[in-house]
Amino acid sequence: MEAASVPEASVRPTGRAATWDFISKWGLIAALVAFPAFYGVSDLINDGNLSRLGNNLVAGLSNGSIWALIALGYTLVYGIIELINFAHGEVFMIGSFVAFGLYGTLGLTTSTGVAGLALGLFVVLILSMLACSSLNVMIERVAYRPLRGAPKLAPLITAVGVSFILQNVGILWLGGSQKGIPDLIQAQRALFEIAGVTVTRADALAIVVTIPLVLLLTTFVTRSRLGKAMRATAQDPEAARLMGINVDTTISLTFLLGGLLAGAAGLMYALYQTQVWFFQGFTAGLIAFTAAVMGGIGNLRGAVLGGVIIGIIQQIADNREPFGPQWTPAVIFAYLVIIMVFRPQGLIGEETREAG
Amino acid sequence: MSKLGELRQKQWAGWLPAAVVLLAVFLFPLFREPLDAQMSDAILALAYVVMALGLNIVVGFAGLLDLGYVAFYAFGALTAGWFASDHFTGIGGDSGVDFGVSEFAASLPGLHFNFLLIVIGAIIVCAIAGAIIGLPTLRLRGDYIAIVTLAFGEIIGRFAANGDEIKIGDYAFSNGRESISPIDQLNFPIVGEFDSATNLRPYFWAVFALVLVVLFVNLRLRDSRLGRAWIALREDEVAAASMGVPLVKTKLMAYAVGASFGGISGAFLGVFLNSVNANVFQFGFSIFILAMVILGGLGSIWGVVIGAVLLSYMNSNVIPSLDRGPLSDILTDLGLEFTFTQVSFGIFGFILVLMMVLRPQGLLPERRRQMELTEGIGVGDETIAETRA
Repeated sequence: MEAASVPEASVRPTGRAATWDFISKWGLIAALVAFPAFYGVSDLINDGNLSRLGNNLVAGLSNGSIWALIALGYTLVYGIIELINFAHGEVFMIGSFVAFGLYGTLGLTTSTGVAGLALGLFVVLILSMLACSSLNVMIERVAYRPLRGAPKLAPLITAVGVSFILQNVGILWLGGSQKGIPDLIQAQRALFEIAGVTVTRADALAIVVTIPLVLLLTTFVTRSRLGKAMRATAQDPEAARLMGINVDTTISLTFLLGGLLAGAAGLMYALYQTQVWFFQGFTAGLIAFTAAVMGGIGNLRGAVLGGVIIGIIQQIADNREPFGPQWTPAVIFAYLVIIMVFRPQGLIGEETREAG
Repeated sequence: MSKLGELRQKQWAGWLPAAVVLLAVFLFPLFREPLDAQMSDAILALAYVVMALGLNIVVGFAGLLDLGYVAFYAFGALTAGWFASDHFTGIGGDSGVDFGVSEFAASLPGLHFNFLLIVIGAIIVCAIAGAIIGLPTLRLRGDYIAIVTLAFGEIIGRFAANGDEIKIGDYAFSNGRESISPIDQLNFPIVGEFDSATNLRPYFWAVFALVLVVLFVNLRLRDSRLGRAWIALREDEVAAASMGVPLVKTKLMAYAVGASFGGISGAFLGVFLNSVNANVFQFGFSIFILAMVILGGLGSIWGVVIGAVLLSYMNSNVIPSLDRGPLSDILTDLGLEFTFTQVSFGIFGFILVLMMVLRPQGLLPERRRQMELTEGIGVGDETIAETRA
């Protein structure tokens, strides 16, 4: 039965809508929890402890923090101009390539001392962040800005085009196959071990870099004047313009922020995986986009949460039967389709489904 | 002359150039050696025309951006692989199950069916797959549709590439990274079997016939009730719905019809290339076909034909010839070591960006689409100024 029109009806969804909201939210959570829970139970039965699952979770957490950084770029841009910045994954890939190039320029090798390495990597981090952000701003200027006001699919198509151009820049840069790069931080060396769960240096690094960046970003968006302008533009560009906000600059700023995070993710990926290739951006982009949608696109906290969840799912799919690395994308895309269909607003996001 | 007569004459005048061009294409093989390399390029180009016309229905007519069109190529080709090769060796004993094929093919193990049956099978498989892929996208908005179709395309590609792990009994879904090969030659009722090893002309005419059929269906569909419903949907969904256009049925029909054309082309390509190679079923291929549609002009049937021919000619001739030409020498002198073939997808991406920014209506625009783009008809509610619900 439909609820009668009580005053709260406009605020809280009632009747069928509320039921659906409840079912889809908890259904999605259940679908997400089911995956690790299944392997947790099978571990308990087979090994008697949870260390295998624990290792997957830790690796997933650090992997997921890289996806979270990329997902933030998607969510920022989508929040402000409702465009899926398809080229964002490729910007991240270029970030990895720049980082690798800078290893050579700065002379960072596996034999560099600790202090030199820390300083060097910090410089690499800053430079690759800058490179990616300027690339992202440039893409917006060339490929998206001329299409403001055109049908919505037009900028999406140029975004796909730009992503292909960047992929091919990657091919020209480092060739068409996986390229091994120096393992500067000995990424897989264990830092410490608790109850059979190993935390590697790469895991620690990913989390140490990601958390401050995410905190800085959220503070910037929620506290600063420019962040306020961003939120205003996201809400209503026309009204924002009337209030004296320079909408074009604000949009550029959004792309700049997204690029900064993609650059950081690029360096971390290079340190973590110790190999780079031109196609990494495509896969990473789709994974991160899934993460952004999972959390609720346009929502910063959601993107981080989604990134971590997707990282865990990916690790489990990578390492467990009957899946394997060759099936991981299929698993993640299946989640993407399910979320898009049953809960397009994500776990904690706003309603983005077309009305009617 | 009566008004009607004048009108008829005008119509014929409009058809005349098309008829002349089609006749020239029909006669083209007679001016080439039976095994000329340009012949096989031309056959590929025509197969891509069929595919681009199918994608044009989804993207051009109905305005639903489909980034996973390669899925239907995969399904069409797999249909050919299943029903015209020794993939299912064991079913029906040593000589397999066969229907309407040459004696040689009939004597081989596995399933062997006449090409017409395979095309019908591919149409059915792809129409169902198209409707299934379309179903979840019904409730989504434009850009989300694009991503869901892309995800589906990638999933299908994964299934094709790792299909050797999926088994029902002894039979795998596909051959994985190894191709399903060889595949039977083209078999038609009455005419019999063709042999691509000795003469490519019949293949050319066969694919040309497919193009003609698909073109005819496309032209008739565009002016039909369904076609007008698609265009109404593209221009303004809410208005179309309130005028009585059934949204679900119309959208699903667009996916199903577009998909079945992709399937026809996929089945033909599987037979012509003599293998079903899962490595081709990648996102890049979807974009290759999308670039043809965009280059020609979204929604413009003749434009898409031209776009498909141009891009496949670029892919098979222009880009490789750049590598042999003086430009490549200059690059080598500059110290840049790469071939243009390596970056062909970058070139297609560049075409996408260039077209969308400079000439979004395409080379040979459809009149209605051009009006939408230049006068802003039907885009009013999609601009950035839209307040979010």
